Amino acid sequence: MTVQLTHFSAAFVFALFASIVFGITHRETTRDMVRYGLYCFVMFLGGAIAAGWAMWLVRR
Amino acid sequence: MANSTTTKAKAAEAAQPASVMSIIAPAVGWLVPGAGHLIQRRWIRGLLLLVSIGTLFVLGLLMQGHIYKANGGDILDILGFIGDLGAGGMYIVTLAMNGGQGAIAFAIADYGTKFMIVAGLLNFIAVADAYHIAIGKKQ
Repeated sequence: MTVQLTHFSAAFVFALFASIVFGITHRETTRDMVRYGLYCFVMFLGGAIAAGWAMWLVRR
Repeated sequence: MANSTTTKAKAAEAAQPASVMSIIAPAVGWLVPGAGHLIQRRWIRGLLLLVSIGTLFVLGLLMQGHIYKANGGDILDILGFIGDLGAGGMYIVTLAMNGGQGAIAFAIADYGTKFMIVAGLLNFIAVADAYHIAIGKKQ
């Protein structure tokens, strides 16, 4: 069995699971964990999208 | 004055005997991601860690990622091995089943390789967190 992910779905899955682990391990309270997890998720995915657009601009 | 208080506190901290849990939790957490939290009754955190790290590793395998074996060659191969090793039991089982051979034909297979390395590295963080809970540094 082989799974074929697109670039975006791979980035999404990576961001989702890495953010969950970061949130749990880097903060003390549940509320802070959720907030930090969301922050990491947005940064991971937003960073990937921003880098993609930057490369598109450089290529033009 | 403040300096001596800090030194005394550090000395007291160092003198604390290592509890059984502070040894077992990281070891179990390394073998099975999230288990270090589960045996300390952090059910939700443990399950989330298990699902997150486990899914990343399994997805990496299903994407035909390459798993690194112990080697003394290229520095990147050594670092890849250290990352993979963090996945603990999943890494051992994969090696035993001769999995993770990698497929050069798929461009996505390289993502799979990275997924497995990251899963191992995230498990190292989870193990450290389980240890901090065991010694009472974190709730």
